[in-house]
Amino acid sequence: MKRLSLMLAAILLLASFKPEEGYKTGSKAADFKLKNINGKMVSLSDYKDAKGFIVVFTCNHCPFAKKYENRIMALDKKYSVKGYPVIAINPNDANEVPEDSYQNMQARAKEKGYSFPYLLDETQATAKAFGATRTPHVYILQKSNTDFVVKYIGAIDDNSDDEIAVKEKYVEDAINALLVGKEVPVTSTKAIGCTIKWKKA
Amino acid sequence: MYKLLSILFLLSMYSGVKVKPVNLEQLESATLKCDNDTLYVVNFWATWCQPCVHEMPYFEKANAAFAEQKVKVVFVSLNSIKELPQVEQFVNNKQLKENVFLLNAGNPNNWIDKINSSWSGAIPATGMYRKGKKVFFREGEFTQNQLDSIIKTKIQ
Repeated sequence: MKRLSLMLAAILLLASFKPEEGYKTGSKAADFKLKNINGKMVSLSDYKDAKGFIVVFTCNHCPFAKKYENRIMALDKKYSVKGYPVIAINPNDANEVPEDSYQNMQARAKEKGYSFPYLLDETQATAKAFGATRTPHVYILQKSNTDFVVKYIGAIDDNSDDEIAVKEKYVEDAINALLVGKEVPVTSTKAIGCTIKWKKA
Repeated sequence: MYKLLSILFLLSMYSGVKVKPVNLEQLESATLKCDNDTLYVVNFWATWCQPCVHEMPYFEKANAAFAEQKVKVVFVSLNSIKELPQVEQFVNNKQLKENVFLLNAGNPNNWIDKINSSWSGAIPATGMYRKGKKVFFREGEFTQNQLDSIIKTKIQ
């Protein structure tokens, strides 16, 4: 009996850990409406002229996100003019990590001079729909009529520590391919990162 | 004098915990693919990861509580190799008694799937291995009760 209840407990525990499925490459991403640091709501459909998007789940506190912050800013500078702007989304619950609060997001964006929206996913529904699990976590979307098709999921590049030593620029390679109508060479990658801080149920 | 020096030397050896940098093959042969009865509880963490640091005492307690049941907790730091001194200092400050490795294996995209295909790479993450086989893996933080009850089911 004891063994049975232990097993039952373990099964329940495992069931509660079941990861969200989220998008795969080829999935159509649902549009969202999230609050930017300037108080305005932002949706993908607002960008009439965009060819696609670099959606980055990121945040203030995560050391990995910090290591990539300048690279995210550089991506927007390089690719927003080519039709692929960065949309940064902070999915973390500020009750879990106060550093990721809306006020701190505003402060961070202002201090660094973000050229892209930095949106708060307050209900965490967008991160869940995408299947984002960590920060930073990139989704490249390509506009196809009214759809937003996921073309790449994963890391920005292959070296978080040392930008100079980067050999594989996954995000840049993907967008460069999309811009000339080619297939994305590497469609998904994995990287170390901070877990998204979900609201405690 | 020599005696004093040698005592000092021994003391410094004792307090100087070792964080061993390993590649994936070394980590596998030491834990993941170790063909014996011991349940290896392998916790992937980093000094910069708040929830990892938060849950470490649970692993230490479990390691002590299950010491007689062939359970061995191993901490695997995913800090960069450049941060080895910080990791050693952290381990010293916390007086961790468990084995601590630092996985220095290059591009994570090349080895995350080898450890677990459903792992996104976010930490904390914990795997359990017995007789060279993975018996459990999850991404995310534990409570003490969750950790203890999983270990109990895996050693039966």
